[in-house]
Amino acid sequence: QKVSVEVLDHLEHLALVDFRDSEGVERLQKAIQFADQLHEVNTDGVEPMDSVLEDRCLYLREDDVTEGNCTKELLENAREKVEEYFVAPPGNIPLPKLEERDTFLQGS
Amino acid sequence: VAAALKEGRVTPTELCQQCLSLIKSTKFLNAYITIAEETALKQAEASEERYKRGQPLGVLDGIPIAVKDNFNTAGIETTCASNMLRGYISPYNATVVQKLLDQGAVLLGKTNLDEFAMGSGSTDGVFGPVRNPWSYSRQYKEKSIPKSHSEDKESNWVITGGSSGGSAAAVSSFTCFAALGSDTGGSTRNPAAHCGVVGLKPTYGLISRHGLIPLVNSMDVPGILTRCVDDAAVVLGSLAGHDPKDSTTIQDNFKPFELPNLTDVSKLSIGIPKEYHAPGLSGEILALWSKAADLFRNAGAKVVEVSLPHTRYSIVCYHVLCTAEVASNMARFDGLEYGHRSDINQSTESMYAATRREGFNDVVRGRILSGNYFLLKQNYEKYFVKAQKVRRLIADDFVKVFQSGVDVLLTPTTLSDAAPYKEFIKEDNRTRSAQNDILTQAANMAGLPAINVPTALSERGLPVGLQFIGRSFQEQQLLTVAKWFEKQVRFPMIQLEEVKRHDHDVFQHEKSASLS
Repeated sequence: QKVSVEVLDHLEHLALVDFRDSEGVERLQKAIQFADQLHEVNTDGVEPMDSVLEDRCLYLREDDVTEGNCTKELLENAREKVEEYFVAPPGNIPLPKLEERDTFLQGS
Repeated sequence: VAAALKEGRVTPTELCQQCLSLIKSTKFLNAYITIAEETALKQAEASEERYKRGQPLGVLDGIPIAVKDNFNTAGIETTCASNMLRGYISPYNATVVQKLLDQGAVLLGKTNLDEFAMGSGSTDGVFGPVRNPWSYSRQYKEKSIPKSHSEDKESNWVITGGSSGGSAAAVSSFTCFAALGSDTGGSTRNPAAHCGVVGLKPTYGLISRHGLIPLVNSMDVPGILTRCVDDAAVVLGSLAGHDPKDSTTIQDNFKPFELPNLTDVSKLSIGIPKEYHAPGLSGEILALWSKAADLFRNAGAKVVEVSLPHTRYSIVCYHVLCTAEVASNMARFDGLEYGHRSDINQSTESMYAATRREGFNDVVRGRILSGNYFLLKQNYEKYFVKAQKVRRLIADDFVKVFQSGVDVLLTPTTLSDAAPYKEFIKEDNRTRSAQNDILTQAANMAGLPAINVPTALSERGLPVGLQFIGRSFQEQQLLTVAKWFEKQVRFPMIQLEEVKRHDHDVFQHEKSASLS
């Protein structure tokens, strides 16, 4: 059961990572096949496990400020910035549709 | 060596310089990505001052250590062996790094790994693969049959295992006395087994993950690599304990301990899980495992066969949970706040997409895409939730076995000794990980402590280790048993020509090769 091009396209949008070539798509197919082995296990009545520490109470700190004031250090690692802002290119422009995009999937 | 420092037989700066020069002469191992020479020497000088005043901070004062390059280290480049973080200078120290520095340890540098700790060979980072120091040992060279006259001696080197291969190689080649690794599916124990060093995976929740660049939040732990079990206990003692900056660390008080010299094992119950006789397990390791069980039996311990029926699903389960968490954890790498940023500027999304295409290698991208697939609304129940249920079954298997009276489990760590690099790269990363993590992964699923103890040399002259898995938060018991076993097997010291050339007593005398 192969993954449809629609789903592959959807994944590229969600992950913002592309399938560089047919190997990438093959890799996903194999990964899904591998994961299908899970269905051999009977999990009726079993609760999903989020954490091995589920029997303990999560530690919550007091709501006190203990550190901060490190704007300069944090900005040092950003490539594009203006005063104390990280600069991003214009937002709210979705990735081009499959046909208009430079992606391997175009050929599929 | 700690005693030597205290008695003044060697000074921290001498030690530091010896290690730094050894790192230079073993450069071909490619174990280090960044060497923090200046800061290390400064730390060594500060330590020397303290010893002169008779006020060392503790056993670790002046001891050279190395840290895997996925831990944040203030002022030192932290890359995770990825183009995404090349040039990224951390603004802070990971808690475990800070703790070691507070004890006076000397940070020599950052070690090589698989990109973002994804892999089981330390072959997939952007700085190239790490070479196993044992490839250059007399023991290995004696056993290797040259295939032809023209075959380059150089091309026969074996992998370190992964993903903390750099750390394991650094400890194994004497360039540091202890190293930090990380363990999500066996990434500390696997290279420890292949490099003949002790690799400890502590219980999940014991050691802070603050500053460890996360792979799988529910399974990651910082790992400890040392040349002997006592050293691992010392390092554990300085790292364990609650951290307010990591809410997944437990709040119980942790008391550092010294390991007793166990002489009587008759009250011990060792479990041998039959499912760990996995397909592909080499005859040699099977025999070694058997011999180890006999060792315990003959010494009076109760040795029983036990069953962990869901073992064979742990790899599949890990595959789904890991890729899902990776898809989430890697989302932070968008080029805006840190790391690589693409020049593409038309829109935020296209910049993110280009940055991630340029910064991540195939392995990372593959896992992100798989993870997103398993998290799709139509697949969520079928894969992600299903894997979480299977995880509970795996964890319960262990609970049942420990409840039945077993104290510690004894299993092999790897399926075989280290493979030659040329063989290893014939299969892709996911296949290799699925093959090699099979014996170590379940302990991460259940959050249990586990340790690799180097046991013997294989027919090819390479190290083989055995794994002990203990009860949650019972590191003292686990390490005590491991120490007893280590004493019985007397694993040989690596004979490296490069180390001999240096002719410094500290490394030649076996006792001084370890910390304690």
